[in-house]
Amino acid sequence: MILIGERINAGFKDIARAIREHDPEPIREWARKQAAAGADYIDVNIGAASKDPADMAWLIRVVQEAVPTPISVDSNRPEVLRAGLEALDGRPALVNSTTADDDKLAEIIPLAVEYGAGLIGVAMDQRGSPQDVERRVENGAKIFLAATEAGLPPERIFLDPVLMPIRFMQDQAVKVLEAIREYTLLSDPPPHISVGLSNICSKTKERSLITRTFVVMAMAAGLDAAICNVLDEELMAAVATAEVILNKEIYSDDFLRVWALKRSKGGE
Amino acid sequence: MAVEVPDVRESYPQAIYTVTLGATREGGGTRTRVVTVGGERALPFHHFEGEIPNPPVVAMEVWDVPPDDWPDSVKGPFADVLDSPGKWARKCVEEHGADLICLRLVGCDPNGENRSPEEAAAAVREVLASVGVPLIIWGCGNPDKDNEVFPVVGEAAAGENCLLGTITQDNYKTLVAVATAYKHKLIAESPVDINIAKQVNILAMDAGYPLEDLVIYPSTGALGYGIEYVYSIMERARLAGLGGDKLMAQPILCDIGREVWGVKEARAPLEEEPAWGDEDLRGPLWEATTAYMYLLAGADILVMRHPEAVRAVKRAIRMLMGEER
Repeated sequence: MILIGERINAGFKDIARAIREHDPEPIREWARKQAAAGADYIDVNIGAASKDPADMAWLIRVVQEAVPTPISVDSNRPEVLRAGLEALDGRPALVNSTTADDDKLAEIIPLAVEYGAGLIGVAMDQRGSPQDVERRVENGAKIFLAATEAGLPPERIFLDPVLMPIRFMQDQAVKVLEAIREYTLLSDPPPHISVGLSNICSKTKERSLITRTFVVMAMAAGLDAAICNVLDEELMAAVATAEVILNKEIYSDDFLRVWALKRSKGGE
Repeated sequence: MAVEVPDVRESYPQAIYTVTLGATREGGGTRTRVVTVGGERALPFHHFEGEIPNPPVVAMEVWDVPPDDWPDSVKGPFADVLDSPGKWARKCVEEHGADLICLRLVGCDPNGENRSPEEAAAAVREVLASVGVPLIIWGCGNPDKDNEVFPVVGEAAAGENCLLGTITQDNYKTLVAVATAYKHKLIAESPVDINIAKQVNILAMDAGYPLEDLVIYPSTGALGYGIEYVYSIMERARLAGLGGDKLMAQPILCDIGREVWGVKEARAPLEEEPAWGDEDLRGPLWEATTAYMYLLAGADILVMRHPEAVRAVKRAIRMLMGEER
């Protein structure tokens, strides 16, 4: 499972403030905590805190000075993405993200190619978030084809079927699971399949329980990546257990410690 | 019409750990040569998929006491040296090309001669003095006795970078301490169970022992006696190791001779089984055939007994490594 730490996101007040004031300390702290918890990538999402590409470049530099972990450069603005990618020191990276819209595909896929990065493609389009399996598959396949044609191999493509809050759109999770199954059929080997995992538990009381129950179901369907709260130990234990049950990791009595060991060495 | 053959070659992200046994004078020991195993980045002999830098090696078995349960067909070649571990070892190396000597401390078994740790150490010193190849030192298998013997034996061989065995899920702490103190490598044993194989490695690592200094012994079955179970476990372990699982990325040892020479197909004299043919040919053939199977499953170290079987297997290794046609 490829785990992308979600916490450096301007949606969180401490991060928004740190970006506005160029205070590196909270950024560093969250980078370190997530790296220590075993994140494979640190997502860096400048969100609405700034539209200035220079701020993204600053943010990326702060994170990569703090940890050696690969980085997911997160913005919906191509110029901001480019500034972030340009600031990278050569470590592996993800471009997060494109949608299925033609203009986005045309601008953002070349960035992943140019910077040798992976690409997250979110199965949305100008009509908004998909509400059914068909649209998710149609948009996912469109992104996949465009990325492949541009030269990205399946292992650098991450498709996101768009996870919705269970509290407000209870019918959607099962459609996401179905879309995940469909994505696994796109190619052999299939592309990675990723979700913004914390979306599912938005405004619920049992956040962690809902999240870890869904992730296990989604892993059984083919999910192999997630932007998530890597500090949620019960979530991590559920992912570790699912990997054993799915026969991706050879069982041993101390399999949870094996997981921690692997994660502590940077996800090797 | 031209047929396009798809490229089905696999590549793997991780190499098997490289383990070097023995130490020359520069390395703090007295060996005249060292033996390096592991390091492969492909399935056995898939030279087209990745590097296989070190060929599998053959260790020949020597006991500290004359073996009482070996049939004549395998005792015969050593009849004049069975009472002297040093001479026996030298014969294996000089006449039969053993890459390593596997000294088995059978004499320490409380149900047998119950020899003392000091007697075991004397046998170790005798073998070290008589040959220049690295040593595998294998305990008698009684956990309590092995825990008495290895501290003394490990010290007697200090600096020689021997391969000591075995640690198991239930008995590893003493041997890990001995190997750490006197700089030896360790064999991690499991009973034809991949989950326990992994667990033993975790326990050793927890006790502070480096994963890259372990050799996996997944138990061995003779041809006709569960070989396919061991084969599939070795295959799965190796695929996991090559795929990135550091707890399964150790070289693998197979204890061929002990298993083969315990089964009736290798032992039974011609008079008992007239249809099976001459046991002097059949026994070594059984041992060699068993060894071939394990080579193909991913064995890095084969512990063997009969000189003819050793000769055949060493030739097979050279052929599989592309050194001989």
